[in-house]
Formats: sequence, structure tokens, C-alpha cells
Amino acid sequence: MNIETIFECGELTAVLSGDIDHHTARNMRIVIDGEIEKYRPRKLNLDFRKVRFMDSSGIGLIMGRCRLMKFNGGSVKLQNIPSTLKRLIDLSGVRSITE
Amino acid sequence: MDIVINEMSLTFSGKSMNESFARTAVSAFILPLDPTITELADIKTAVSEAVTNSIIHGYEYGEGQIRLDAKIYSNGKVVIKIKDKGKGIADIKQAVEPLFSTVGGERAGLGFTVMKTFTDNMKISSKVNGGTTVTLEKYIIRRNRAVNDDDLG
Repeated sequence: MNIETIFECGELTAVLSGDIDHHTARNMRIVIDGEIEKYRPRKLNLDFRKVRFMDSSGIGLIMGRCRLMKFNGGSVKLQNIPSTLKRLIDLSGVRSITE
Repeated sequence: MDIVINEMSLTFSGKSMNESFARTAVSAFILPLDPTITELADIKTAVSEAVTNSIIHGYEYGEGQIRLDAKIYSNGKVVIKIKDKGKGIADIKQAVEPLFSTVGGERAGLGFTVMKTFTDNMKISSKVNGGTTVTLEKYIIRRNRAVNDDDLG
């Protein structure tokens, strides 16, 4: 499993690991959305500390979760972004819709 | 000084599990050039975008074949061609626009933007119902190379 989730004090944290591409993002999305449905957190923390690779499918994953959290009145925070992913994150503009 | 010093070709099924295979294979192929972590990440990301496009858009998950050709030139240029025989792109100008996606939903619409930004040159040739070929070029700055001048033939 390339995703680990923790629900604590109203916040859901998803620690993603390995490669995030179109193939792996699907499973991550299913797991995260299932947990959001279950706990209705006010905040979703996406933790990238264990991510080795990410392409624009990861940006799609972030954008989709932002939409879902916003719909539920919550927000998304990006945590521990490795330096190799910073360019892609900056290029995408997702920082403007996340904390 | 544009001599090909190494080349490889791969043909694989347009299955999403092969996105990882394609970028890892290219990464292993260019490793003798001793790229920096950033250069390697850039190329892997661009290849991943192109292969993903072929799977999602070219074949619309219909599982055709994808062909990948990679060449390393003596001046440090790496050229990677990713070719599918899928449905092609009707409007290339629109396809390369940031945030444009024909499928929406979970797709960010950033594929071509990433390919363009993370390489030194990107070319698209496409024909409706005839397939798409994306050519990516990237210069790897010469450092301590395992591929030395003796290999130039």
C-alpha cells in the first residue's frame, strides 16, 4: 500500500509514498476519498515526505481533493514537499488553492 | 557535433502500469551521462506525461502499442520519441494550453506544459485517427561521464 492515513483532532493526514502517476493516483484517490467520507475532516493534510516521483497526475490528485474538501467546507494542506517535486508544484499553481 | 553515441527502442502495451516502466527504462538508459537528480527527474516526469497521454487520450484506455525511441548524442543531447497509433489530436494549439483537458475530472490538464517546461524542446506531430508522436529533447550537462570519447566510434 502506497498510502497511510491517520485521523486525529478533526484532521485527516494522508502520508503518500513511492511514485505518484496516473496508475497509482487512482488507488490513492479511492483511499483518501473513502476516509473523507468516513470522518468528514475539517482539514486534509497531504504529506509528500515519502514520495520519490510525481507527475501531473499528482497535481490532479491534489486539485480533486481540494474540490471535495471545499465542497464539505474544509481545506487541504500540503506537507513535507521534497525539493524534487517543488518545481512541478510551483508550476501547477496548486499552492493558491491549498494551505 | 551531433553524432548518435547510443540508442534504444522499446515497444510496450498502453497499460497504465507501463508508465512507471517507461520512465524507469529511460532513466536507466541515460544514467551513464551522470545526470543530476533534477535532470533525471525532469526527463522521467516528461516521459511519464507523454506515455500517460498516449494511454488516456491516444488509446482512451483501449490498450494499443506505444513505441519509445531514445538517442544520446555526443554533445549531451538526449532525444526521446514517444509514439502511439491512437486517435490523434484534433487541435494541438488547444491541447498544449495549460489547464486544458478533454477528460476533466482528475486530470490537471498540465501534461504538455510539464513536457515543455521540463525539457529543452518539445515537438508534437499528430494526425486525427493516425496517432501522435511526441519528441522530447534535453541536454545533459557534461560532467564525469561513463560514456567517454572512446565510445564515439
